[in-house]
Amino acid sequence: MKSRHGMLAATTALLLLSACGGGSGGSVSAPPSPKSHKPVTITLWSGFTGRELGIIGRAVQKFHASHSWITVKSVGGQDDDKIVKAIRGGNAPDAALSFSADRLGSYCSSGAWIDLGSYIKRDKVDVNSFPKPSQGYTSYQGTRCALPALADVYGLYYNTDMLKAAGFSAPPKTASELMRMAIKMTTYNSDGSIKVAGFVPMFGFYEMVPAHIAPSWGAKWVGADGKSSLASDPHWATMLKWQKKFVDAIGYDKLKRFTASTGSSEFSASNLFETGKLAMNVDGEYRTAFINSEHPELHYGTAPFPVDDAQPGLYGAGYVTGNLIGIPKTSTGDKREAAWELVKFLATDTGAQVLLSNGLRNVPTTVGALNSSALTPDPQFAKFLDIYQNPGTDSTPVTASGSADQDLLTAYVDKWQAGSGGDIHAGLKKVDGQIDDELAQSDGGAP
Amino acid sequence: MTVATTAPPDAAQQAAAQQAARRRSARRAARRRRLTVLAFMSPWVVGFGVFFAYPLVTTAVLSFTHYDLLSSPKFIGLANYRFMARDPNFWPSVRNSAWMILIAVPVTVAFAFCVALTVSKAKRGATALRTVFYLPTLAPPVAATLGFVFLLNPRTGPINQVLALLHLPQPLWFDDPHLAKPSLTLLGMWGVGAIMIIFLAALLDVPVHLYEAAALDGANAWQRLVHVTLPTISPVILFAVITGVIDGLQYFTQGYVAGTVAGGGDAGAGSGSSLGYPEGSTLFYPVWLYQQGFQYFHMGYASAMAVVLFVISLVVTAALLRSARHWVHTASGSW
Repeated sequence: MKSRHGMLAATTALLLLSACGGGSGGSVSAPPSPKSHKPVTITLWSGFTGRELGIIGRAVQKFHASHSWITVKSVGGQDDDKIVKAIRGGNAPDAALSFSADRLGSYCSSGAWIDLGSYIKRDKVDVNSFPKPSQGYTSYQGTRCALPALADVYGLYYNTDMLKAAGFSAPPKTASELMRMAIKMTTYNSDGSIKVAGFVPMFGFYEMVPAHIAPSWGAKWVGADGKSSLASDPHWATMLKWQKKFVDAIGYDKLKRFTASTGSSEFSASNLFETGKLAMNVDGEYRTAFINSEHPELHYGTAPFPVDDAQPGLYGAGYVTGNLIGIPKTSTGDKREAAWELVKFLATDTGAQVLLSNGLRNVPTTVGALNSSALTPDPQFAKFLDIYQNPGTDSTPVTASGSADQDLLTAYVDKWQAGSGGDIHAGLKKVDGQIDDELAQSDGGAP
Repeated sequence: MTVATTAPPDAAQQAAAQQAARRRSARRAARRRRLTVLAFMSPWVVGFGVFFAYPLVTTAVLSFTHYDLLSSPKFIGLANYRFMARDPNFWPSVRNSAWMILIAVPVTVAFAFCVALTVSKAKRGATALRTVFYLPTLAPPVAATLGFVFLLNPRTGPINQVLALLHLPQPLWFDDPHLAKPSLTLLGMWGVGAIMIIFLAALLDVPVHLYEAAALDGANAWQRLVHVTLPTISPVILFAVITGVIDGLQYFTQGYVAGTVAGGGDAGAGSGSSLGYPEGSTLFYPVWLYQQGFQYFHMGYASAMAVVLFVISLVVTAALLRSARHWVHTASGSW
């Protein structure tokens, strides 16, 4: 009996130790700058594939040209789930490029990606060379475990032919203008269903989610007390009421049927904006590349998303998120040092940033690259460079719970726009509680 | 003079030695038998240990920790279990899963039985019918769900187009919170092939003389069904219900894919933007568990949810087996 208990205790201890792997990492002090350049080969993982992976390959070649002792093996098609599994398995790459800024909190708080602070200090990397929003989504509670490597910026796309046909010469600048113009441009089939939409105000449609338009109302996710502020910040309610009014003006059922017919067309040549079935839409700068490739005949323009009528000064700002590049804790010694050189190069070298931006059609994330004459934006893409540099441009807060805050709000607005959200203040307060509970759980245990 | 009344010492020692040798031999034989049995069982033992016992014990241990998948777990006692009562999505997800168990499972099992009964009575084309009803089982769940989302698309789906031609109302199906689960039930009914085949085999196995005797007693078709067919195949019904309930408790793929695709996503794991779409109606217990564990990195809490699910599965299965005493009949009498 005694030995059975002993075995059980031993098994439990073993499970606790082994099942979870990991171990601590993260907090590191950078060694002195290496004096010898011993040849080393490192691996870089990214989610890019095909043509885009080729662009990364060109940047890596450029890196090798200036760091001849470092050979980089670039591996594409690697998402965050694979990165996490590899870190847990102890076979992660030396450097990783993630598409999901939502993961940053988890990477930093767990130490899965090392704290780059000491390397930044040692090599005197100027963090202010990154615009403010990108500084924000690459650090978590003071730990900078990633650097930005290109950003996605959101704004308004509009079909110039359709605007002209409806008698408009410029895109809307305020929320009420957007609603008025969209309603005028919406046309219907004989059965009453929507034929062409002026704008689809339904949350969940393509990139129309609360986070992407919140900066146009100045709505903040977190209050001064560090708690979720959806109910206490009145701008959220203002934004949601405008959206509901917009939905009701066209008709929830009609919009639902219209959006239901789109399926997964967003990232395909059947995208409704690209095919002329949608006059205006909120989308990221990457859409310009899709349009150039899939529908070069489309006449369109881009602009900042219209703002709250009561806050016209916000016009010009938008939402930004972006790619992260960092070093998994499993990379050590010479490889870690070489990985840092690569991370630093891809994130801060003006030539590399310009090369990546021109090739991938994402916004560069250094002031130097944004002002570089080698950057070749077309007029539509250039608008996103302006939005990115606007002081009001904002991102979502970095949390250790990934996108839980956004998901919980999305779940509520799904009901809100359908008319079953109840009192908006009470609804948002409830979501605040849910978000705070999720964050408390991430900070060390269930609340 | 002393008379020896016992065997000479060397003979006794010899007998004892022989006895000991026999015992050793018997022990060796027994050990060999045990090793042989163990050798034959070892693939199962290893599989059971690695793929069932180890994950089960690990999950139970992790349920008492805060664990974010990347750093070491931290013991937090019962906090994860206490949080369930406060988790705003816990009870809605329980309700959604309960709906599938209490409504979708009985409907699907009844439908499978009706199809099997129809096929068993078919005079012609039984083979073709069997094939037609079994074929959907071969479709991967993700592909089948995507197909149904397409078929039931409110605007472009062929079902609503036919309804429009007939001037009938055209529901929003997967986009309507009141119809999303019934739509998933339709999907489940479409894929009843496997259980239908088991029902069919059971129906064809009902002794003909029982029907003949019932007919002689004046029983009509309904009475024959209720008093002969159902009692005879009741063990198969029990099997169908238990497996259906367990599937219902674990219902994930179809709900996740339908919610994600109808909500405008691409069905790839990792995006919670259409979580439970529409309006939380497809947020099933395992979907929320997955979201907590792999999207919000609360693996300790997800483990606690998994433990609760395991316990519920055990309790429900035990209750079903216990109730079987009253309604399941076997060749030797009641269950």
